Amino acid sequence: MAIKDLPLEEHYIPGSAACPGCPASMALRMVFKAIGKKMIMVVPACCTSVIESLHPYTSFDIPLLNIAFEAAAAASSGVAAALETMGRDDITVVAWAGDGGTYDIGLQALSGAFERGTNFIYICYNNQIYSNTGIQRSGATPYAAWTTTTVGGKTEFRKEMGEIVQAHHIPYVAQTSIGYPEDVYRKVKKAKEIKGPKYIEILAPCPPGWRFDMSKTAEMGKLAVETGAWALYEVENDKITFNGKSKLILEGKMKRKPVEDWLKLQGRFRHLFVPERDEKRLKEIEDHIDMLWRRYRSWVGIEK
Amino acid sequence: MKVMIDTGNYIAAKAAIMAKPNVVAAYPITPQTTLVEGIAKYKETGEFKGEYICVESEHSAMSACIGASATGVRVFTGTSSHGLLLMHEMLHWAALSRLPIVMCNINRVVGPGWNIWADENDSIAQRDTGWIQFYVSSNQEIFDTVIQAFKIAEHEKISLPIMINYNAFILSHTSMPVYIPEQEEIDEFIPKRKPTWKLDVDNPITFGNIILPDAYIEVRRDMQRAQDYARNYIKKVAEEWREKFGRYHGDLIDRYRCDDAEYIILTMGAIGAESRIAVDNLREDGLKIGLARVRVFRPFPKEDIVELSKKADFIVIDRNISVGMGGALSAEVKSALYGNSDTKVYSYIAGLGGKDVTFKDIEKMIRKVVDGKVKTLEWYSLEE
Repeated sequence: MAIKDLPLEEHYIPGSAACPGCPASMALRMVFKAIGKKMIMVVPACCTSVIESLHPYTSFDIPLLNIAFEAAAAASSGVAAALETMGRDDITVVAWAGDGGTYDIGLQALSGAFERGTNFIYICYNNQIYSNTGIQRSGATPYAAWTTTTVGGKTEFRKEMGEIVQAHHIPYVAQTSIGYPEDVYRKVKKAKEIKGPKYIEILAPCPPGWRFDMSKTAEMGKLAVETGAWALYEVENDKITFNGKSKLILEGKMKRKPVEDWLKLQGRFRHLFVPERDEKRLKEIEDHIDMLWRRYRSWVGIEK
Repeated sequence: MKVMIDTGNYIAAKAAIMAKPNVVAAYPITPQTTLVEGIAKYKETGEFKGEYICVESEHSAMSACIGASATGVRVFTGTSSHGLLLMHEMLHWAALSRLPIVMCNINRVVGPGWNIWADENDSIAQRDTGWIQFYVSSNQEIFDTVIQAFKIAEHEKISLPIMINYNAFILSHTSMPVYIPEQEEIDEFIPKRKPTWKLDVDNPITFGNIILPDAYIEVRRDMQRAQDYARNYIKKVAEEWREKFGRYHGDLIDRYRCDDAEYIILTMGAIGAESRIAVDNLREDGLKIGLARVRVFRPFPKEDIVELSKKADFIVIDRNISVGMGGALSAEVKSALYGNSDTKVYSYIAGLGGKDVTFKDIEKMIRKVVDGKVKTLEWYSLEE
């Protein structure tokens, strides 16, 4: 589907308090277009607590429950159970959380909701930091990235949330990137039609958090995929398919770009290049990405 | 009406399912386990037709209750001790969201060390969450209060969650005969919930977003008004229950032989039941003792306490301790009396860690006060 074919329907209405170039706003528009009016959204503490606008106003034209940081998945279980008793299978429950609320503080509740089969879509918009609190490291922050709590660069690699979720064997798991809004739309739309727990993670490059110009959000989302720093895939009933350029990279039909192409555009990695190149850490990052792609290939049965 | 002989937890489960909640979300913890097992059994037999969510923690239990209640349906849960403490954040969330969730909390010791017996420190620590708090003293009162609680919590001018507290094992695992009304009578007493707000695709609202100080103060003021309103409404519901079913456990306070009393015992929960026997025994010896079992701790029965203080001195027995101050009930009673009465208040801390407090122990405590041997705060069973 081309962007021009997306529905004109909008439930992201004027009044948003998002930063200019905000990837979460872009992703929310796609989610609202894909699901439509009949949805209930549950939002834990994250940037969207601000993006949605301040009381008594709202910038979302759908019912929304704000909930505590670690509680999105559990509260969604409650909403879904209540809808079940009312026979409202026409309403989609969406938990919409950042990487902090997903990878870290909300991981237990998320795992619980998946294990007990809650009928909902859990969407993590991953900007790889605690951004609402002002750019602190999260479990999703990549190795060597500057944050206010990793001033010399993070010393650990990020965890693979997609793999953690896959271990729950839920009907649908997908990774996408706001660089490809049509991919976001398609995956959300597909998840909507599946009963049971669904997980979608959207890479969400954050201009103030990653230190790049607000006009470059989509480009940063694309480069992450082209360099292999992020992969587009979907897993339906344990069967994995890579999508878009990730599929080409996986099958060797496209060589992934050097990760430097993505890193050097972001101020958070500036210390890897200035005052001099940090060859050691740059190599560690490349090696880590190579390791991940070897793993991806093994998932689909491609040797090497 | 029929009689069911069972433990406090199974009675609570029976009451809960007869209230026909749409959703129960709970996590097992001793000594609440048989309550959730009871609900699970009713789900299995089809007597409970709602959804039972087996969550992975108490924090998630309360979060799921909030999610469900926010859709406008009836919700029930139960917990105890560390489970209640883990819920703490979400207890605030539920009350500030003005969601009428009904929860049984089985009062149990807080660790370390691990101890599963009766002690009220778990729920006393939730005093400021905005929840209405009942402390009950018999299985019949558990049943009746669970049903009453839905009516109170779901009243449009109250719309607050309610915690019904009862002592570990002394009630939770002790069988007593309980009168059970017919289902139709309960349906009539608590009709379907009419929510004051809900998540509704036809009328979308964003609930709980960023709120500035001026509006937030209003939210708190409105909660206070709701609790003030509940103070009278709880009395009204207790009266209505008495008229319909012929049973009465007091309103905010359960008063026993207070009229001519020179000393009134103030306490909560199971010690309140035990105190009745002590009062009778002491009266046989010519001591004019009464009992005011505080049934509702939030909203606190300020006026009733002042009224009782007009003719008698108070002996407060707390099965809890606000360390650095004293018993919580004692502190609240003194606060209510300030400027309104010069009644003397003698305070006991007793039964912590589940230590048994029998009528004989209570008689000893009272005699010591009457003999003029108690100063202000005493730790019963430590002084000997």
